Amino acid sequence: MKDVMGIISLNENSDVLNNITNHRPLASVPFGGRYRIIDFVLSNMVNSGIQNVGVLTRYKHRSLIDHLRSGKDWDLDRKRDGLFIFPPENINNPAELYNGVMQNLYNNIDYIYKSRQKYVLVSGSDIIYNLNYRQVFDFHKQMKADITMIYKEINNINKLHSCSFITKMKNTRILDMEVNSCCSKSSKMCLEAYIMDKSLLIDIVNSCVSRGYIDFIKDGIVKNISILNVIGYQHTGYVAKINSIESYYQHSMDLLKTDIWKELFFKPGLVYTKVKDGAATKYTKDSVVRNSLIANGCIIEGTVKNSILFRGVRVDRGACIKNSIVMQKSVIEKNAVLENVITDKEVCITAGKILRGDKNYPLVIEKKKVI
Amino acid sequence: MKLMRKKEFVAMLLAGGQGSRLGILTKKIAKPAVPFGGKYRIIDFTLSNCYNSGIDTVGVLTQYQPLELNSYIGIGRAWDLDRKNGGVSLLPPFVREKGGEWYKGTANAIYQNVSFINQYNPKFVLILSGDHIYKMDYSKMLQFHKDKESEATIAVIEVPWKEAHRFGILIPDENGRIIEFEEKPVNPKSNYASMGVYIFNWNVLKDYLEKDENDPNSSNDFGKDIIPKMLQENVRMYAYSFRGYWKDVGTVESLWEANMDLLGEKPQLDLYDYNWPIYSVTPTQPPQFISETAEINCSLVSEGCMIFGRVEHSVLFFGVHVGKNSIVKDSIVMPSVKIGRNAVIEKCIICENAVVEDNCQIGAAACNSKGITVVGDSLRVPAGQKIPAGMVIGSEQLVKRS
Repeated sequence: MKDVMGIISLNENSDVLNNITNHRPLASVPFGGRYRIIDFVLSNMVNSGIQNVGVLTRYKHRSLIDHLRSGKDWDLDRKRDGLFIFPPENINNPAELYNGVMQNLYNNIDYIYKSRQKYVLVSGSDIIYNLNYRQVFDFHKQMKADITMIYKEINNINKLHSCSFITKMKNTRILDMEVNSCCSKSSKMCLEAYIMDKSLLIDIVNSCVSRGYIDFIKDGIVKNISILNVIGYQHTGYVAKINSIESYYQHSMDLLKTDIWKELFFKPGLVYTKVKDGAATKYTKDSVVRNSLIANGCIIEGTVKNSILFRGVRVDRGACIKNSIVMQKSVIEKNAVLENVITDKEVCITAGKILRGDKNYPLVIEKKKVI
Repeated sequence: MKLMRKKEFVAMLLAGGQGSRLGILTKKIAKPAVPFGGKYRIIDFTLSNCYNSGIDTVGVLTQYQPLELNSYIGIGRAWDLDRKNGGVSLLPPFVREKGGEWYKGTANAIYQNVSFINQYNPKFVLILSGDHIYKMDYSKMLQFHKDKESEATIAVIEVPWKEAHRFGILIPDENGRIIEFEEKPVNPKSNYASMGVYIFNWNVLKDYLEKDENDPNSSNDFGKDIIPKMLQENVRMYAYSFRGYWKDVGTVESLWEANMDLLGEKPQLDLYDYNWPIYSVTPTQPPQFISETAEINCSLVSEGCMIFGRVEHSVLFFGVHVGKNSIVKDSIVMPSVKIGRNAVIEKCIICENAVVEDNCQIGAAACNSKGITVVGDSLRVPAGQKIPAGMVIGSEQLVKRS
């Protein structure tokens, strides 16, 4: 994999999680008790042996840069290669509207040119899964593919908007695709990760941009699907596509299933994230914790059921948290009750407050709010 | 070519001790590498104190079983001690032109590394030991040292009178100047115990190290030789009084106690203080999973644990698995230990990677004795096995016999 470079392009719709994405891109939304969504794709790359990763950001990149910094925690602080973070080029130029991945790639084409790897893996950042790309790369070479894309067979496609689907396949070859279809009949969801020759990528980008084509999949791939050997690689493991508060909530709660917990966090690779140095979590004599995911650095004196607590959360005596997600450094004071609630970072729920959301539509509390 | 820039203050951390009273806990690792408090190793406290006190040059003197310690400390990244100038340096004994020798004592260890310290040409040297659990701001002690125009400052802590005979006891005058020193006195004249934390003016210490080295009757120890000699020769020595939690975890009992100290309502040692974090090498582990059947009270549980049974008044390190209906009580369970179903573990220390199979009973659960039971690392305790309290299980054979 020495010969593959990684590109993570933050091409997602930026406001899908309402309050939670007010001040951060989807890629740096906290997930799974101690991670940010980007950690999964980034760790996949690192675990596969990719040592040169460029992150092309779009909006509100402060939070993401704060998270990634030098890339130390992913072992990407290297003399050569390593982690590159590219802020958007057109940030102060409203006339030149943002045009997705293609624009991102075009703006940073110099970086792609000068990297010494022959192949490139381009990925989005809003899909969570654990996969070693080495297998995909081997498959790519074995099939003599021009482009290999990863997909997943899914059951309930109704809930998935803003996705790409593979609609026609012959054996492993992809013959047609749909992007953002609201009524796709296909069950092959594209994981927005593509392996190809770097020269092909540059070719696609240049020829599209010079013709005013703006969409990477529609224009770059679908228009060329008859002349390119585009191959699908099926991923059979767990996949979480985050595109709404509901999907965020549901996929978070999926982690309370031990099989998914084991798979997503251990198989085949470990997931790295920014290290926080919190102590072990403390349970006191009154704490009642059931069916929950708890990160380090918490102090739990109350009740926590079917919930996820991020690092450094404090739950005071008599407080009760059910079916909720409490992000880092939040404080739930005495006798407060949370049910079906998502609190962002550093939220404080003062003593005795009762907050309830619906099971299908959790209540979201903004960052640093005191209630 | 002079590569190192001058440093005002250099710390030397003595980490070569065997800690023989810890028995099988230190069979393969040095005492400073012994796990503590759910995610740390003992040395994390001293290294974190250095970083939090603003010290960026630390020499770590290793000798006994340094392998694990070496890889743990690495280039000091976890404590932010990976620096261009200074940072952490591991200093094992080495061979010179005319042969080499082991570190004969604490003072000799520093003496053998005089040239390391000289590289930085410091004004002050801080001598530390990697065996203690405490949070201390060395920069305040240095300020005290400067204010008093001291040449040697020793940190002291008040210990209970009845325990004073176990320590090196200092007798200061009303200004804090040390007038007498007694090593483990039968009838102590004060209860100020030396914490093994010293600040010396480097030029003064250098002289005494050389003199000590040339004295064939010396045991080359700070407490036994250097300090008494300095007192005798009227070096300006002051006692710096430290208040707070400080514990020498030299024995299995004290290690167990120090861990249990963390489980109280308001423990004296606050690990959750954002202004004085204790840094450690963080394993890559997901958040802990607490199942529907789990019950956890008065405990510390770390990342990567999967708990299906009952955990009471215990410290669980990362990656520990506790099966359904099992009970873990008053115990320390070190990283990646797997405990099966229906097992009962009481007042035990279960070392890294050990496996306790279903229906085992270990420790106080198996009989009414009071001792601490220790199960060595990577051992497998077969299903249904009973191990009485106070046993130390160091090898598979012992498990089978018991």
